[in-house]
Amino acid sequence: MAEPGNILLTWIGKGPVDEGVLERVRQRVEDAFALPTQVAVVNGPPGDTLDVKRGQHSSTRILRWILTDLPTGAQKVLGITDVDLFIPVLTFVFGEAQVGGPAAVVSTARLGRTFDDKPASPTQVEARLTKECLHELGHTFGLVHCGAGACVMSRSNSVLDVDQKRPAFCRDCRQRLEELMQERNRS
Amino acid sequence: MKPKGFILVVDDEEVVRESLASWLTEDGYRVDTAADGPAALARLAERGYAILLVDLKMPGMDGLEVLAKARAIQPDAAVIIMTAYATVDTAVQAMKQGAYDYLVKPFEPEELSMMVGKLTNAQTLQRENVLLRKALKRQFEFKDMVSKSPKMEAVFELARIAAKSHSTVLILGESGTGKEVLARAIHAESPRKDGPFVGVSCAALTETLLESELFGHERGAFTGATGAARGKFEIAARGTLFLDEIGDISPKLQLDLLRVLDAREFRRVGGTQLIKTDVRIIAATNRDLKKLVELGTFREDLYYRLNVIPVTLPPLRDRKEDIPLLVEHFLVQFRAEMRKPLEGVSKEAMEMLMAHPWPGNVRELRNVLERGAVLARGPILTPLELDLAAPQTPGAAPAETPESLREAERRHIVAVLRQHRWNITHSAKTLGIDRVTLYNKIRRYQIHEEE
Repeated sequence: MAEPGNILLTWIGKGPVDEGVLERVRQRVEDAFALPTQVAVVNGPPGDTLDVKRGQHSSTRILRWILTDLPTGAQKVLGITDVDLFIPVLTFVFGEAQVGGPAAVVSTARLGRTFDDKPASPTQVEARLTKECLHELGHTFGLVHCGAGACVMSRSNSVLDVDQKRPAFCRDCRQRLEELMQERNRS
Repeated sequence: MKPKGFILVVDDEEVVRESLASWLTEDGYRVDTAADGPAALARLAERGYAILLVDLKMPGMDGLEVLAKARAIQPDAAVIIMTAYATVDTAVQAMKQGAYDYLVKPFEPEELSMMVGKLTNAQTLQRENVLLRKALKRQFEFKDMVSKSPKMEAVFELARIAAKSHSTVLILGESGTGKEVLARAIHAESPRKDGPFVGVSCAALTETLLESELFGHERGAFTGATGAARGKFEIAARGTLFLDEIGDISPKLQLDLLRVLDAREFRRVGGTQLIKTDVRIIAATNRDLKKLVELGTFREDLYYRLNVIPVTLPPLRDRKEDIPLLVEHFLVQFRAEMRKPLEGVSKEAMEMLMAHPWPGNVRELRNVLERGAVLARGPILTPLELDLAAPQTPGAAPAETPESLREAERRHIVAVLRQHRWNITHSAKTLGIDRVTLYNKIRRYQIHEEE
């Protein structure tokens, strides 16, 4: 159970969770947002999020599902899954978040290959996952995409884009994040 | 962070609207959604959108119909058609109807990112371009007077208000600043515009001639008055009487004028009958009327009678930003009058025109350009044809054409400054003035070290 004001990372994958990776990602998230962060493991996304024809899960439907079962007191919930995600008009998405809302989802499905479709190293995959988790959670705090390519809030349309950014907020986004968190605490 | 523009997503599937809105919101856009054509058109009537993402196949009104109607409501909004049923035909049709582009579902995130990004960048550039063009074109106008100077904007504003009233206007300004042009413009903007505009130069005539000119005379009023004649006050009835160089009229005429302005009636020279007058007076002078009042050479009561709406025209040296505009204005005139293919002045010539102190103001500029236009061999006027070199060359022999005291003083100051390598103390000593006075003169004549 998450404490009020905390961040909850929930493994909602089909396959087994790599607890070591999840713990290290948790630590990075906790450091980045300076908020207590917990992890949880639940059964993978419900079947109605799957589009059989596409063989992908709808990220928007997964977000709806997360919202129906929000743990009491959790400020933000990030679902981490191994299924491939899509929104209807796009071929795929790495993740989806509600800007300024409580829920987000990230997929590892496309993080395991290099740009030229070779298997990526576990370190590389973990680095990518960390960045995408920070990115989607950044959205839930109200941040939008950043024009600075190295900022974790820059948009990623390919793994190459993910690799090019750093697992940190640029100065402007960091400042904006602090303002948004202060506004949230006041209200 | 500056919020990005509004995007309208039009699609009959809720999950498409929701997910696309979410995806675009992450990019910082403000997104509205509409489930069908009529809802989209209602949205368009409420708010301006930068981009419309419209699904082609929708029940009822389809994407192409929404496109056509949207373009009528907001022609500047870029429409991107989304279709899962792409054919060349529909794509061509959409583009023909003015769609910016189309996307075949499902499309790569990169594709959407690039298209939306490119579009918003282009729109931003276009907007900036329009603003820049506006800023460049920003000029003030009053009838056929044009200016880019805020000082002249204030003059035009005052003149515009004055034109609507019947009050007397007093135009002040150095010779050549365009006092008569402004007077004519005020007349043309006034309710009396259909009446005559009659001008009199008060300094050009002797006292008796001016008296007769203004008030007219009866037969035999003076030697040579073989018949009766109407004066300008009668000729200008229901119009405007422009009294130029009012500071130069004699004390007797000042009194006569005061009486007319007070009583609105006068007698012709040698006449007995009182004639009612209905004219609007615009007076002008290049002299300091207030000073003349202090010196006792101009009647204080007449000064106040004339000084109802004073308008002061700034000298050209105080609105140098107008020089390129005036150059263009006059060259257009000369091109038509002389039937010569005049296009402009060379860079060097413009630099000289900008550096010149213009003691004779706009009139002097016009004369210089007219002379240049006559002498011009090609479409571009050169410094040689403008013949401004003499007063601009420091230490040069005096120009053959008579120059004003101002020009001579400026040239002498530049020469002394050069002689002392711009040492202000030594230059001031040579000139016999103190340093502050020299600084003031340098500023007034806009003398720069590179000269």
